[in-house]
Amino acid sequence: MDLGPFLLLASLEGLVQAAVLSLSALGLCLVFGVLRVVNVAHGEFYMVGAVIAWSVSHALSGHPLLGFLAALLVAPLLVGLAAFTADRVILRKINHNPEATIVATIGMLYVIQQSVLIGFGPDARAMDPPFYFHINFPWFGYSGYKLSVILMAAALLLMVWYVISRTRLGLLMRATQIDREMAQVFGIPVGWVYGLVFAAGAMLAALGAVLIAPIRQVHYLMGLDPLLMSFIVVIVGGLGSIRGALLAALVIGMSDGIISMFFSPTLAKMISTLLVALVLIFKPEGLFGQRKS
Amino acid sequence: MDNSRKRSLTLHIGVLAFLFLLPFVLPDYHQLTITRIMILAIFALGYNVLFGYAGLLSLGHAMFFACGLYAAGLPIYHLGWAVPSAFLFAIAVSALAAALIGAIALRTQGVAFMIVTLMFSQVVYLTTLYFSDTTGGDEGLVLPGHARSFEILGMQVDLTSPQVRYYIALGLLSASALIVYRWVNGGLGREWVAVRENESRTRMLGYNTFLIKLKAMVISGTLSGSAGAAYGLLFAYIGSTFATIQYSIDVLLFTLLGGVGTVLGPILGSFIMFYLIDFFSEHTTAYLLATGVALILLIMYFPLGVLGTLRKKWLPWLP
Repeated sequence: MDLGPFLLLASLEGLVQAAVLSLSALGLCLVFGVLRVVNVAHGEFYMVGAVIAWSVSHALSGHPLLGFLAALLVAPLLVGLAAFTADRVILRKINHNPEATIVATIGMLYVIQQSVLIGFGPDARAMDPPFYFHINFPWFGYSGYKLSVILMAAALLLMVWYVISRTRLGLLMRATQIDREMAQVFGIPVGWVYGLVFAAGAMLAALGAVLIAPIRQVHYLMGLDPLLMSFIVVIVGGLGSIRGALLAALVIGMSDGIISMFFSPTLAKMISTLLVALVLIFKPEGLFGQRKS
Repeated sequence: MDNSRKRSLTLHIGVLAFLFLLPFVLPDYHQLTITRIMILAIFALGYNVLFGYAGLLSLGHAMFFACGLYAAGLPIYHLGWAVPSAFLFAIAVSALAAALIGAIALRTQGVAFMIVTLMFSQVVYLTTLYFSDTTGGDEGLVLPGHARSFEILGMQVDLTSPQVRYYIALGLLSASALIVYRWVNGGLGREWVAVRENESRTRMLGYNTFLIKLKAMVISGTLSGSAGAAYGLLFAYIGSTFATIQYSIDVLLFTLLGGVGTVLGPILGSFIMFYLIDFFSEHTTAYLLATGVALILLIMYFPLGVLGTLRKKWLPWLP
């Protein structure tokens, strides 16, 4: 294959990567923006999303599309419920203290991961794509499902934008984000908003995982990579900045995909991480972060 | 020397003396385990300097451990260095790495610092995998026979003997504990605590807080690195597993369990947690579940750890 078509293929792969990454990074970013905490178990919610997707599509016989659509509904709901419970039971108890929350979510990471290891087993499992459909470019054929992942992710991002900026729930969220105490004074149930946002963050990760499950294999250790990538995205974009996170997800997802195709995935991860170091040297608050006074 | 200083010094020396006498009564298996634990306890001591005293939560200390491990092991494996020079080289390399990484990571604060250290550590891990021709990657390298003994001050030291390993580990642990004890009870320790409690006020009083934090980072990283070097040299094995996030988390857990900001806490935490994991891994493959549950319960109900709680309730003189 010539360089041109190869570059096109690599950027398509990168775009798929960026689409899923932007969903999970947005989840992490929302949680940080509103609760001011980092959820280290974020990658495990992603992994559980994929595992549920696999289980649902496996349990439903018939057309794989049916299973996929069911998974798209069930996985985020269950994951969201779990995350909501975790927030109300564990994180509320430690008052969402940033450092304590990190430790607690590391604990949650192990609990979730190891429970899945017990229930699901250590094997990687493949999930059928909901439809087989090839788009034939002059140089290579490309999976139509992968292209649809990009579109579905974009649609989901639009929905999130709508909820945040146009609905009452989004209003409550933004109010809590800007000034927690004032929001409480105005009668906003801050505790519930926290729980809901924490759940929403986990649901976004789970949605991303459902989309990627038919492309990648489902495995109980698959959560670490998206977690680290989301961290990188959120730091580069500026902690808590949605705009920055989306832009960074696009850049990092694309570059990761392209470098992975040309060289090796390991090298790609090393480069993205060093990129973060550079950002921190020149702009410690990230690209779109607000500088603290 | 006032009364509480005397009491705490007695306690520390008592603990070390207890460890000194332990091998006379213990079977070989436990002797080996405790050797391992003591090395990990040095790692935890180093971690605690940064977390417990300077108040900086690092999620990537495995990188310093691995740094010492490889800086000691690789010259021996590839260049045929002797053990003592490799050990000193590893300490120097870890100090340098800690200074460099600290200078970058300390530009961030709070949560960002934790994430950045986590990611740097992941880069170190990926680097060891990427250059697996040199490092042995996941499978690791077993150090050759000439690294199993060395001569120092005219004495032949045989690293295959469990007793020798035990006392080397104990010697290193004692040295580290005394160094840390002196430091945290001196001026620098008070500066660390000042930064931990209120960084802006410390800065306002005219202290260079960045430098204070960097010192903590370098001391912490160097101790962690020497723990890594000692681990590699004593057990003649270096591998990527020691650079995984798992090790960064374990050391955090040791420190939290034993008591954040106490000198003996990390040592105690290492002992308890190591035996706990040992116990669970006999019964289930998912022994990390225990780690997870322990972390959650500790942070919810027991955030000061064993010694931290003791100090708060009954023993206020504990350092």
